[in-house]
Amino acid sequence: MKNESSPEVPADAMTDQQREHYRRLLADAKRIQGVSLWQDAWRRLRKRRASMLSMYFLIALAVLAFFTPLLPLQSPLDKDLENRRGMPPNLQAYQMGQRSDLKFDSNSLVAEMDRYRQQMLALAEKVNEVEDPRQRQALRDEWQLRSRSSHPFNQLWNELDPVAWQLTRARVTIFGDWAMPSIFGTDDLGRDMLSRLFWGARVSLVVGVVATIVSLLIGVSYGATSGYFGGRVDAVMMRIVDILYSIPFIFVVIFLMTFLSEPTIAANLAAYGIDQIMIFYIVIGAIYWLTMSRVVRGQVLSLKHEQFVDAARTVGASQTRIIFRHLVPNVLGIVIVYLTLTIPAVMLFDAFLSFLGLGVSPPDVSWGLLVNDGVQAITPLKTRWWLVVFPGAALAGTLFALNFLGDGLRDALDPRMKNRT
Amino acid sequence: MQDLIAFLIRRFAWMLLTLWIVFTISFFLMRFVPGGPFSSEKNVPEAIKRNIEARFGLNDPLAVQYFDSLMRTLKGDFGPSYRLEDFTVNEVIAQGFPISASLAILALCFALLLGVSAGVVSALKPGSLGDLTMMILATLGIAIPNFVLASLLIIVFVFWFDLFPTAGWGSAWHLILPALCLGAPIAAYIARLTRAGLLETIGQDYIRTAKAKGLPMRQVIGKHALRGALLPVVSYLGPAAARVLTGSIVLEQIFVIPGMGSHFVEAALQRDYLLSMGLVLVYTALLFLMNTLVDLSYSIIDPRVKLE
Repeated sequence: MKNESSPEVPADAMTDQQREHYRRLLADAKRIQGVSLWQDAWRRLRKRRASMLSMYFLIALAVLAFFTPLLPLQSPLDKDLENRRGMPPNLQAYQMGQRSDLKFDSNSLVAEMDRYRQQMLALAEKVNEVEDPRQRQALRDEWQLRSRSSHPFNQLWNELDPVAWQLTRARVTIFGDWAMPSIFGTDDLGRDMLSRLFWGARVSLVVGVVATIVSLLIGVSYGATSGYFGGRVDAVMMRIVDILYSIPFIFVVIFLMTFLSEPTIAANLAAYGIDQIMIFYIVIGAIYWLTMSRVVRGQVLSLKHEQFVDAARTVGASQTRIIFRHLVPNVLGIVIVYLTLTIPAVMLFDAFLSFLGLGVSPPDVSWGLLVNDGVQAITPLKTRWWLVVFPGAALAGTLFALNFLGDGLRDALDPRMKNRT
Repeated sequence: MQDLIAFLIRRFAWMLLTLWIVFTISFFLMRFVPGGPFSSEKNVPEAIKRNIEARFGLNDPLAVQYFDSLMRTLKGDFGPSYRLEDFTVNEVIAQGFPISASLAILALCFALLLGVSAGVVSALKPGSLGDLTMMILATLGIAIPNFVLASLLIIVFVFWFDLFPTAGWGSAWHLILPALCLGAPIAAYIARLTRAGLLETIGQDYIRTAKAKGLPMRQVIGKHALRGALLPVVSYLGPAAARVLTGSIVLEQIFVIPGMGSHFVEAALQRDYLLSMGLVLVYTALLFLMNTLVDLSYSIIDPRVKLE
């Protein structure tokens, strides 16, 4: 075999011992497979059962949160003050639209939707029959108004986005009027806790992810720029970070949130299409970038003297290109680790602000708001423990899983662990 | 000694700079509320309104107003509260500070005591059942938000067992539950740090020497090992102090404790801008102070650390 021998020595001139030596070398080389950082990390991560479980849990949570409208849950905001206030967890059957004050046709969502459809059809026919153009226009306006606002969904859900609307329709087709019983109890206003948990998960998860992405964008660009330019630019930029670090941001944020939710300012911002929850993302993202920028800067500082950066510069790549094409991808590993650790911090902060009444505002639900409602409901007369325990457990479980996944990823992506188990 | 003085002076200068930045941001935020900070309110008592207008010279140019209030703040006069009649911001702070401080100190003591002892117990027998339980508890402590913990503790210890008063302020009994909730997540971190630090130092030669010369185990751990192991814990005390400050906002709210935190939330929700600004400044200064203390104590524990 040609591969076995070195080119200088013809194969037949080798002793058996040499041949054996080379054969072993080759076998060794075959056994060692080149693995990329990611494959290696993935292999190590898979061995940590806690981290993998956390990951499956989080994926399941995200999927469930996305498909919440499809699930047979009760309405998250329909208040039943007469019959269903503060019910402990139970298995009582529930029918969509059963509350008589909703005035649904035969107290059923499906029947009401039928009735609504027929009414709209009748109205549309009337539009076609009427001759007088002015009357016709008026009728058409009425039709448009009603098609938007008086759909039965609007009484049971709050501002469904188009995807959620379609999912809800699908849900009604699949499950009809059937909904899960209140296995997690109901709150003080007679709303189903299970359903509120699911709808709250959507808000809490989105806040966590979006705010983290904002902080990621700011932190990575700031840190990469600072580390790449080095010298005086770096010194000034990092001094700024130092100062920001020593400001107790939570207080500034609370101050800022009250300031921004002031009615006139909120109206002004709304004119630019910025609503409360968007401000929320931006503000949270804007304070959580500090650690990220420090970490990225450190990495870039050590990376920028590597040969591939010199090579890129030699072929005339611009500085922006070097930073974002060559340096940033290399710090991605550590960034991902910090991402998984920032999301729980942000979610906790969101819960904290919602708890104080400064975050997500009703009728939207978030886990922080739910816990707050639960705490308000604690009185010596009646302990409605389910109002605290379930949202608290949901919040704690998610934070727990995110922390575990982050720890696991940190170990898995640690370059010192390469090719080890 | 010279090092120390230079260090303190430098720190003080940074603190002033930070406070100035916080002040400037808050000042201009207040000014950017359309029509001034007080126009959104319709029925302000006449007396307060006059006070406020006199205090701010609201018709002066912006720069003059800015310097005036900067000077007053420098002198330590934060102005009148906008919501609490007959109270200046200074008086509110003077009332709330001792309450919040005792809560925070007690919480930190709890955290240190629980955290270090849990860490030592689990590090002495790594892998044992005790170790496992401690570490699961620690992870739970990190993951459960303190307001959830607080409400659970209220349900269990106040309503079911009737051991503590529900809420309010007055006796030492009132302090226990809130301080426990405030300290729990910090205790959890400290336990993890202590365990990791201790496991590392126990393997060192000087510990073996100490054991070999026949010292009792308590002395080996308490005197030799812990000293090295506690360094990360000490450096965590800075962030821990920050956590206590933020955590106290919520817990004072839940337990209805009239400290600075509940005043702050109240002020923020009621748009009492002067009071919130004063409190933000106080909190910033406190945070700086704690961090400086932590750095100082770090250099005392470990002589190798130089003050910079």
